[in-house]
Amino acid sequence: MIVIVDYGAGNLRSVTNALVRLGYQPKITGRPQDLSNARAVILPGVGAAADTMINLNQLGLIDPIRRFITDGRPFFGVCMGLQILFTGTEEGGWHECLNVIPGQVKKLPDGQKIPHIGWNQVKQQRDHPVFSGIPDEANFYFVHSYYGEPEDKRLIAGETEYGTTICSVIARENMVATQFHPEKSGESGLKMYHNFLKLIAKGS
Amino acid sequence: MLTKRIIPCLDVKDGKVVKGTSFVQLRDAGDPVALSRQYYQQGADELIFLDITATPEGRDTVVDVIESVSEQVFMPLTVGGGLRNVSDMRRMLQAGADKVSINTAAVLQPNLIREGAAKFGSQCIVIAIDAKQVEDRPEPRWEVYISSGQKPTGINAVSWAKKSVALGAGEVLLTSMDADGHQAGYDIELTHTISEAVPVPVIASGGAGVPEDLYLALVKGKADAVLAASIFHYSTYSIGEIKKYLSERGIPIRL
Repeated sequence: MIVIVDYGAGNLRSVTNALVRLGYQPKITGRPQDLSNARAVILPGVGAAADTMINLNQLGLIDPIRRFITDGRPFFGVCMGLQILFTGTEEGGWHECLNVIPGQVKKLPDGQKIPHIGWNQVKQQRDHPVFSGIPDEANFYFVHSYYGEPEDKRLIAGETEYGTTICSVIARENMVATQFHPEKSGESGLKMYHNFLKLIAKGS
Repeated sequence: MLTKRIIPCLDVKDGKVVKGTSFVQLRDAGDPVALSRQYYQQGADELIFLDITATPEGRDTVVDVIESVSEQVFMPLTVGGGLRNVSDMRRMLQAGADKVSINTAAVLQPNLIREGAAKFGSQCIVIAIDAKQVEDRPEPRWEVYISSGQKPTGINAVSWAKKSVALGAGEVLLTSMDADGHQAGYDIELTHTISEAVPVPVIASGGAGVPEDLYLALVKGKADAVLAASIFHYSTYSIGEIKKYLSERGIPIRL
């Protein structure tokens, strides 16, 4: 079972549509027990970090998500689903997040339009199965005002330029997170979900 | 480098795509789902749907359109037209829209911008401004019109753009009523003025006739994205042709 986490926010329909197009039948759920049974978890998200953490907490999802990732099971975080993996964010004052990835979420630097909205290139920093068949510097669709900076630079799998160098793809074994929206990034985005879901088929 | 977006706009009435000249004289231009698929394949960067249906029954059809489109194309979708409150916005976002654009309701009730941004995030809220030039000297001045361009408000378009962003709008969809439908070029001065006045991305709209018009809106108008309808609907130019042209002239474009 592939779970798309429903915490009362986010454009779940688009992520669902993308997976259905790839031939999967994801389950959209906010129940902690569904996570323990899941073969893979996708955490989508838009909106504010503080609200996201409040919603996850109310549903009792904080620990199940943390455990799912630290157990090394296939996890994909999208946009806000990437940012809340960090220790904390400066969005709307300092807010603690899941702390799965040590580091901070910061506001994009001044000097260009914020939010960063549109298609931008992802420079692949190293090999990872999610990039399979996707050319280096392929364009993906971004829409965000904050970005995460991991302390451990080895986690950075993809980078994007927007006033500064943004970590746009994080990857560690079965944990993947993107600042962009693969479900809105045309064929390259679909390919990335396809690659991620193939990790399960391999039984890894 | 962030690429400039080329955005076809679909004016939808009772489930069909239509496009007018200066907000009157509608002509039928086709099925929104088929058109969306075509634009996706041609490399459009985003799609904007403006619902110009007047009746509540017709309004349900746009929800159906968005649901069908979001199953078939994997790109950003913005929906506007007749959204009056947060629950209207939620309905569109749940149907598969990524952003909602608000116009008349925001002018009548500016707090709607704040509420929408608080609920869904600023990146979801597009302020659509229909502006008409009312003076040209000593300085040009543009007035905000509402109710599909029928009603002048007396509000200065530049001040309104700034205020909307301060309230939480994450993007401005700027239509020049003077230029719209005439295919004689965007209002460059208006686009440039608003783009310099706000810290968020601006989508220029109204007046695209030839590829150079889009080029000028991006370079001289400083727009972050350009919207066009007629030139794409009637296949005057394909998205691919426009993008190739812009790329060859040095604009960062996703090809």
